[in-house]
Amino acid sequence: MSLWRQTTRGLWTLTHRRAADQDIADEVRHYLELQAAEGGPRGHAAMVQEQVRSYGWENVVDQVIGDARYAARRLLASPGFATVAALTLAVGIGASTAIFSAVNPILFEPLPYPDAGRVLMISDRDEGGGRQDVTFGTYAELAARSRSFSALAVVKPWQPTLIGRAEPERLDGQRVSAGYFQALGIPPHLGRDFDAADDRPHGQNVVIISDALWRRDTTILGRQLTLDGNRFTVIGVMPAGFDNVLQPSAQLWSLLQYQSSAPFLRDAGNHDTREWGHHLTMIGRVRHGLSTDVARREVADLARTPTPEFARPFWASLNDGLLVHSLQDDVTSGVRPALLAILGAVLLVLTIACLNVTNLLLARGVQRRGELAMRAALGAGRARIIRQLLTESLLLALVGGVLGLALATFGTRVLVALSPPELPRVSAIGIDGVAFLFAFGVTTICGVSIGLIPALQNTRNLRSRHQHSLRGALVISEVALALVLLVGAGLLLRSLNHLFGVSPGFDPSHVVTMQVQDTRARYQFFAQALDAVRRVPGVTSAAFTSQLPLSGEVDGYGAHMESNTRSDESGDFSALRYTASPAYPQTLGIALRRGRWLDDHDIAGRPHVVLVSESFAKHNVPDQDPIGQRLRLGPDTTWETIVGVVDDVKQISLAGDQTDAVYTTTSQWSWVDSRQSLVVRARHDAAPLVPAIKAAVWSVDKDQPIIRVAMMDDLVAQSEAKRHFALTVFEAFGLAALALAAIGLYGVLSGSVTERLREIGVRSALGASPGDILTLIVRQGMTLAALGVALGLLGAIIASRAITTLLFGVSALDPATYLGVIIVLLVVSGLACWLPATRASGVAPLIALRTS
Amino acid sequence: MEEKNTDVIQGTLDLLILKTLSLAPMHGFGIARRVEQVSRGVFKVNPGSLLVALQRLERAGWLDAEWRQTENARRAKFYTLTKTGKKQLEVETEDWTRRAGAVMRLLKVEG
Repeated sequence: MSLWRQTTRGLWTLTHRRAADQDIADEVRHYLELQAAEGGPRGHAAMVQEQVRSYGWENVVDQVIGDARYAARRLLASPGFATVAALTLAVGIGASTAIFSAVNPILFEPLPYPDAGRVLMISDRDEGGGRQDVTFGTYAELAARSRSFSALAVVKPWQPTLIGRAEPERLDGQRVSAGYFQALGIPPHLGRDFDAADDRPHGQNVVIISDALWRRDTTILGRQLTLDGNRFTVIGVMPAGFDNVLQPSAQLWSLLQYQSSAPFLRDAGNHDTREWGHHLTMIGRVRHGLSTDVARREVADLARTPTPEFARPFWASLNDGLLVHSLQDDVTSGVRPALLAILGAVLLVLTIACLNVTNLLLARGVQRRGELAMRAALGAGRARIIRQLLTESLLLALVGGVLGLALATFGTRVLVALSPPELPRVSAIGIDGVAFLFAFGVTTICGVSIGLIPALQNTRNLRSRHQHSLRGALVISEVALALVLLVGAGLLLRSLNHLFGVSPGFDPSHVVTMQVQDTRARYQFFAQALDAVRRVPGVTSAAFTSQLPLSGEVDGYGAHMESNTRSDESGDFSALRYTASPAYPQTLGIALRRGRWLDDHDIAGRPHVVLVSESFAKHNVPDQDPIGQRLRLGPDTTWETIVGVVDDVKQISLAGDQTDAVYTTTSQWSWVDSRQSLVVRARHDAAPLVPAIKAAVWSVDKDQPIIRVAMMDDLVAQSEAKRHFALTVFEAFGLAALALAAIGLYGVLSGSVTERLREIGVRSALGASPGDILTLIVRQGMTLAALGVALGLLGAIIASRAITTLLFGVSALDPATYLGVIIVLLVVSGLACWLPATRASGVAPLIALRTS
Repeated sequence: MEEKNTDVIQGTLDLLILKTLSLAPMHGFGIARRVEQVSRGVFKVNPGSLLVALQRLERAGWLDAEWRQTENARRAKFYTLTKTGKKQLEVETEDWTRRAGAVMRLLKVEG
């Protein structure tokens, strides 16, 4: 088969239709003349021409173009219908494309690394089976013993201050072991990667920077930056498209420079055991040609078989094994349920939109019966007419799709703006080729699905009763789907209400917080800054703390009770460490349950004292009075005496229950945290005091950056951003579904009223009152709505399981939510019925009879 | 009459056209006339089917088409067998012989 000839001949025919037709006519005439001259039959030239003309692919194109032209004329002839239908489809297609483009890079696409499936994340497992960061010691052991990884790396966040510009600037970065970029599989595109030889204590200070940072000064490669007062040589620049999924905001990377065989010398009085703190994220790239299962098994084996060469402390004994996930799962698992629920919701909206347009097309088909009958009489076969009708619906969908794509472009921006901070890969959200293809595919599917039923229906001779039950069934489905969506929205709304009803354990009103950093971690700086802040007019109290609740920070250590005499220190629980000014609990409004507060007398040199949270006391000293008990926290070697018990505070999220906590004073803790959160309680609104508070801190040292200024109220709200995001989307979709279902119901009823005008006229002529007529129509509509509600309840009971992980304090079958949603749906349905019903009841009997 | 005039067997029209044109370039009616003559009227060629088949074979690259003057000084579309057309004729001839032989053998066995 000569493709070239097929194409060129076809194209020539398409572009020179007249000449091509002439050509065929000449040939046929010549043939038939000769045939007649030789005594053969006189052929019918026109018929032969038509037969010859119909050969070739170009005729299909021609027909499609013809159909499309005709369809466009038909749609333009009823602009009202076309607009409503196209807009409805645009909402459905636009919303689903926007959601798809947000969900696709997270849920379906591999991470933007070569062979991304080979990148695994390895975490420690705590006593409860939960995930815990690894220690450097564990990494060092795995790096030495494992054989199945081509690169293994650990990483921790790093926020150095860049000095040398007008204002000190705090940058987001990471401290990594030398193999980090090898593990991800993306090397720097300028300069060089890290050298393992530099990754040791007192090694050379080198830094690799992001493309964005490099663009500020493209001569920086090979030169030096001053970070936290130290000089770092810029050795490499990452490519512009590099997506650092573990910390998307990171702009620069330097080496960890930990001691690879650090002993854990707690009992020998050595405090510097950062190598043995659980604070690192470990990733590994599985060696080429090896399956990830082999790597998983090897990790499990290594965890199970300690060797004397790599001694392990009890808090990193790996007795509970290590957790191995793919990096992809780790990055996406937190948001996966919410995204899948949202994807499901948008597909429901799309379905409702399609059902609605199908209904409109069915109603229109009734009016077009005459036209279709005429075409059939003129010789168009059923298949031909169905194709024509499908062309119309496809054209409609195409218009809807184009509008939808515009809507989706706008929608993705809204989504990015609304997106919760834990949403990964936000930079990849946008209308790209894949999203475009998705929109195109959805448009085609919509076009066919909305057109098929009406096309089949309208080309058959059916009594209109059947037509009515079909349209009724469509409306019932719409109401049912809308109910499913509204139940989802309702359950999420109730969950959020429950969550915000949960006490965080402190009083967030009138409190402003900000993070203050002193790169040299000077105790004096924080003490003086606090004094200065306390003198700001309007401030009632102020305090520093090493970590702030609901800010995303989590800093925990194993707590060892003196009363726990087991030699291997098992039975210890980890606890959150708050090293804070003595006034911190009062400033934040945390209530004291027993004992006394910490105060300014609890300073270095005095007996070490701590407060613990109620849940800590319950876990660690279940049967005794916690006051007077002694404990040791993490790497600190001194025994600390519990002097008071305070309320539990939500550190991670309102829904979380990890609230074991120990509060120590800054002056009694073994080190000064270089980064601390300033918590300021104001007499009234705290926001206006921010400039004065900042000025007070800078009056002590103007070179220290202040970041993350936030009202405590906002932090509490943001901590539930993921649920809030899901709720916002569900609410929007729920409302859209409700509106579409109401429009659908209204459309069916008003169509039915028009068709029943005669019957209504007869009824009122026979003495039916307007009230009777009203009841008649409303009953018809409400029967549909009630059936839809019943069906929707079944659907909702099944579908709401999909969002159980997003729910809090409310069951997926919460009766109040279901009842509320049913009432809303029935009220809206009632309104949708009311308009056609009042129209019907207002019909004068004679007019009704005359119109038919 | 009608019973004797068989329509060309499905699938053999191409073969007949190719074979006919292997002798000399011809226009559409010329091919039809020749097929009817040589088959002694067994095959009757329908003009529509023939002209469509010619288009198809032309697009397949087995024939070339060209408007020329006929002997009566009229314009007619002449078809010529191409090189690939010749090869196709060989393939189809062999194929046909094989099938016909098989059918004949079957008929003999049945008989």
